[in-house]
Amino acid sequence: MTDITTEKARIGAPSAQPFIDGFTEEGESLSPLNATESKSPLAGDAVKSHSHGGGVGVPDSSRAGRLTSYKLADFKPLTGMEEDWRFTPLKRLRGLHTAALDGNATTVDVSAPGNVRVETVGRDDRRIGSAAIPEDRVSANAWENFSQATVITVPADVQADGEVTVRITGTGTEASAQHIVIVAERFSKSVVVLDHQGTAVLSENVEILVEDGAQLTVISLQEWNDDAVHASSQQAKLGRDAKFKHIVVSLGGDLVRVTPSARFTAPGAEAEMFGLYFADAGQHLEQRLFVDHAVPNCKSNVLYKGALQGRNAHTVWVGDVLIRKEAEGTDTYEANRNLVLTDGARADSVPNLEIETGLIEGAGHASATGRFDDEHLFYLMARGIPEDVARRLVVRGFLNEIIQQIRVPAIEERLTDAVERELAATNH
Amino acid sequence: MSTLEIKDLHVSIDTEQGTKEILKGVSLTIRTGETHAIMGPNGSGKSTLASTIAGHPRYNVTSGTITLDGEDVLAMSVDERARAGVFLAMQYPVEVPGVTMTNFLRTAKTAIDGEAPKLRTWTKDVKAAMEQLRIDADFAQRNVNEGFSGGEKKRVEILQLELFKPKFAVLDETDSGLDVDALKVVSEGVNRAHAEGNMGTLLITHYTRILRYIKPDFVHVFVDGQVVEEGGPELADRLEEEGYDRYATGAGAATIAAADAAAQA
Repeated sequence: MTDITTEKARIGAPSAQPFIDGFTEEGESLSPLNATESKSPLAGDAVKSHSHGGGVGVPDSSRAGRLTSYKLADFKPLTGMEEDWRFTPLKRLRGLHTAALDGNATTVDVSAPGNVRVETVGRDDRRIGSAAIPEDRVSANAWENFSQATVITVPADVQADGEVTVRITGTGTEASAQHIVIVAERFSKSVVVLDHQGTAVLSENVEILVEDGAQLTVISLQEWNDDAVHASSQQAKLGRDAKFKHIVVSLGGDLVRVTPSARFTAPGAEAEMFGLYFADAGQHLEQRLFVDHAVPNCKSNVLYKGALQGRNAHTVWVGDVLIRKEAEGTDTYEANRNLVLTDGARADSVPNLEIETGLIEGAGHASATGRFDDEHLFYLMARGIPEDVARRLVVRGFLNEIIQQIRVPAIEERLTDAVERELAATNH
Repeated sequence: MSTLEIKDLHVSIDTEQGTKEILKGVSLTIRTGETHAIMGPNGSGKSTLASTIAGHPRYNVTSGTITLDGEDVLAMSVDERARAGVFLAMQYPVEVPGVTMTNFLRTAKTAIDGEAPKLRTWTKDVKAAMEQLRIDADFAQRNVNEGFSGGEKKRVEILQLELFKPKFAVLDETDSGLDVDALKVVSEGVNRAHAEGNMGTLLITHYTRILRYIKPDFVHVFVDGQVVEEGGPELADRLEEEGYDRYATGAGAATIAAADAAAQA
C-alpha cells in the first residue's frame, strides 16, 4: 500500500509563484507540514512527505484510507490544514463545521411522475445509510442533525415517465442539515434533478443507490443566491451492470462545495460524472470527486469544465480515482478543464489516480487550465466578430460540452440562459 | 471600385531585446480587380505586412498610413477592419475549441453583413462552397480548425474568403504546406472569388508555384522590410529562375534598379 501511495500522481500542482494576496502555492489554507516540504511538489520525496498518514487513528494518504463515520465526534474539528479542506475558506462556511445544524432553512418540494414513489421518513428508516457514510466533518454534522429525510424510489423494472425534480429552496441563513435518498431499483430507468435555489446555509447528504441493471441520471444544480453556503456530499453505490450518470452544475452561491462519489460494488457497471461551474468575483466553487473501482470490469469517465471571471473568483477541482487490486479490467478516464477569463481569478485542479493493479483496460487523467487565448480572439475578430460576441462564443462553446450531457431540454435551455447571464454580467 | 492604400508604413515589434523594426517604409496601392503578389525570402516582413493590415496587436505601426477608400484602417479595431471589407487568410489558422464551423461561419457572416443571412440560401451556399473546395460535409459540425490538417485549414480559410466576399483579400502564404492537388483546389477558390470582380487580392508567398495558378498583375519583391523591386508577372518568372540571392540583404531598391539598368544597357 505504501509503495502505491508514494507513486500517487499529483499532476496539476500550482506554480510556485504566489499571484494572489493571501494565497500560497498550495492554496489558501496551507498546512505547515506542506509549507516546509513542498518545495518540489512533483518530486517523489515530496509526495511521500505529503502523506497525512502515520499517526494513530489517522488514515494514510491513499484515498481508500480516509476516515469514514456516521458520528460527528469521530472527526476532529477542522483547522483548514486537512488535505481535503486545504482549499476551502473555513471562515466562510458560516458554522457548517462547528454549529449544531438544527436550523430549518430549506423547503423541499418534489414533483415526480406517478410511477415514482416519494416519501418523507424519520431517521430510523432502514434505507438511511444504505449508500453512504460521511467522509468529512461537515457531512457527519448533517448526518447527526437531520430530522427527516426525503426518499425517492424508482421501483424495479419501471421507466419513470419524465424526470423527478427535487426543489430545495433556501429561505434563511440558520445552519441546516438535509438528507435525501435516491433508490433506483433493479432495471429501472430514471432522471432525478436536485434543484438548489434561494439563500441557505446548508450541509446536505445525498445517498444514491443504483441497483443491478438500473440506469439513473442525477443532476445537481446549484443556482443559489450570492450569499448561500452549501456543502453537499453525494455518494452513489452501483450494483452489477448499473449505469450511473452524475452531473454537477454550480453557478450561484458564496461557497459551494460538492463532493460526489461513485463506488462500484459489482462488475459491469458504468459511471459518468460531469461538472460545470462558473465562478464570478469572490465566489468559491469547489468540487471533489471520488471514483472507487473496487471490483473488476467497471468503467468510469469524468469531465469537469469551469470558467472563472473576476477578482478572487476561486474554483477547486480534485478528482480522486482509485483502482484497487481487485479491479481488473477497469477502464477509467478523468479530465478537468478551466478557462480563466480575467485577471485575479484562481483555478486549482488536482487529478489523482491511484492504481493498484496493472491488469486494466485503461486509466488516464488530464487537467488543463488556460487563459482566454488572444489568438482565438484575434482569429474570430478578424472575421468581423466583435470582441464581446467572440468571447461569448468561445465560453459558450467550452461549457456547452457539459450542458449537452444533460439531455433534459428544459434544463439545458435554462442553463444555457444562465451561462449567457454570467457572461453578460462582465464588462468584456 | 475600391482602393487599399499603404503609404510609407513602418512597423515594429517588442522583443526581449527591445523594439525591432520590421517594416521600414512600405508603400503599395491595390485596387479592385487587381492581384498583387508579394514575394520575398523568409524574415523579409511579408507576413508582418499581412498581420498589420488585419490589425494583429503584436505589431506596432510607428509611422505611415493604411487607408481603405480614404478611411483610416489603422484607427479601426480588428473586427471593424473585417467588417470594412479586409480579409486575412492566415498562415497558421488557430483552432477554436467549442465553436462549430457552422456556428462560426454564420456568426461571422452576420457580423460582416450587419444582418443574419437568409437561412435557406446560406445553408445552400455553404454546402456548395464546401463541395467546390472538396471539404467534407461533416466539417460543418466540427469545431473551428480543430484536428484539421494543414491543408484542410487552408481550404477552410478560402471557404471563408468565398463566403464573406471581402473587398480586399490578403493571403498570407496560403500555398505553404499544400500538396499540388490542394494547391490547385485552393487557387481555384481564390480565382472564383476574384472572378466576381469585386475584390482586390494581395497574395503573399515565398514560392512562385502558386503563381502558375493565380496570375498576378503586379509583383513586389520584399527584402528586409522594404520593397526592393516591382514589376509585372515576368518578374515572378525571373525569381523562379534566379531565386532571391541577387537581393543581398541591405541592398537598396536603387542599387538593384541601377544594376538592372546596367544589365539592360
